[in-house]
Amino acid sequence: MADRDVYHRNPLGTQPLYSHWPYNSTRKRAPTQPLIVQPHTLSETTGPTFAPELVTPRAADLTRQRSGEPLGERMILEGRVMDDGGRPLRRTLVEVWQANAAGRYLHDKDNHDAPLDPNFIGCGQTLTDDDGRYRFVTIRPGAYPWRNHYNAWRPSHIHFSLFGPAFLTRLVTQMYFPGDPLLSLDPIFNCVSDEHARDRLIAELDLSVSKPEWALGYRFDIVLRGRNGTPMENLAHGG
Amino acid sequence: MEANGRATALPSTVSQTVGPYFHIGLSWMFSDRVADAGVEGRPIAIQGRLLDGDRQPVPDALIEVWQADANGKYAHPDDEQERRVTPGFRGYARVPTNDEGAFRFMTIKPGRVPAPGGGVQAPHIVVAIFMRGLLRHLTTRIYFADESTNNADPVLQRVPAARWGTLLARSLPGDADVFEWNIVLQGADETVFFDL
Repeated sequence: MADRDVYHRNPLGTQPLYSHWPYNSTRKRAPTQPLIVQPHTLSETTGPTFAPELVTPRAADLTRQRSGEPLGERMILEGRVMDDGGRPLRRTLVEVWQANAAGRYLHDKDNHDAPLDPNFIGCGQTLTDDDGRYRFVTIRPGAYPWRNHYNAWRPSHIHFSLFGPAFLTRLVTQMYFPGDPLLSLDPIFNCVSDEHARDRLIAELDLSVSKPEWALGYRFDIVLRGRNGTPMENLAHGG
Repeated sequence: MEANGRATALPSTVSQTVGPYFHIGLSWMFSDRVADAGVEGRPIAIQGRLLDGDRQPVPDALIEVWQADANGKYAHPDDEQERRVTPGFRGYARVPTNDEGAFRFMTIKPGRVPAPGGGVQAPHIVVAIFMRGLLRHLTTRIYFADESTNNADPVLQRVPAARWGTLLARSLPGDADVFEWNIVLQGADETVFFDL
């Protein structure tokens, strides 16, 4: 093959397979034919970029988007978005969405018998700063039932959507909370066999992010694929 | 340690499904227009349906597209071709499927873009597909059935000829500027998806 991959490919086993039998919805939706490996072209090494005006500071505080304060445990969520060499990904769009403290989404298809909170939408967005950092203020989402199997409950989680510098760095993921006993039972969280890979989806309680007498703080760093042929730097950040 | 130093790279964060409720977080940026109205180029619409393994419509999917302008220039700093991107052209759109599994977006027919190692690629649009049941998103490409340059396209050449049809958008009989392109997740006419 004459062309060399512009970006690193994820090693086998470090990302979920499409077909994951314990997660029912994969069964009629996962492709059955093998994917076709394609070279990285300009079409995949470019991608949408976003102007700073697109997001407002208000969009990063999910507790102040309605007239009153939402119920639940207030929390600060901070992290860094970086490439696989530890370099910050600057001004990349981070979008989050989540259930409210009672485990209910503001969505017409969610009919879980738990109250909506008139003061909580559950949607946020921000751009990372020059160090690749993002920060949200929100409330801790509740667990909620789903119909994957009998008595199935999703662990508390916050959905994340990221772009990075290219079409092929696009990532949608979910962030979980440390010590949640539902994690070991959840087919979505357990979609990769590598325990360390799974554990990196769990935020860390970080008292340096907390604001005393006001909110607990959590840290959740995100790594997107990096370019080939560039030296690895700042690996200390990966810890 | 692998030859390219790969083993020292930080592992990428694991992908997780977008789930059934992504409208909450992602609808603020729904847009079915890849470019502003009146932008230079041939205005076209692309529409289709998304079908699952039972050939049932998928009503809860999200489709994102990315493409070059009519001259084959991307609105991105890594496109080093010496021409400017057409004013008013973004190249990105994000649309959900509806209750019938249908989607549609309006764009400009993309130009040819450079291929790795020289040459050009046939006009195409790259597509990312997200939904409940996909633990990571799918990526594919839309090509145009009436393009003679398809035969020399370096990505299409990786695809078995029998499956090319799944990547080709075709003009509607009554309207040459409206193209139909469907996505089939499983089965005999399963869409070709790529490993990037």
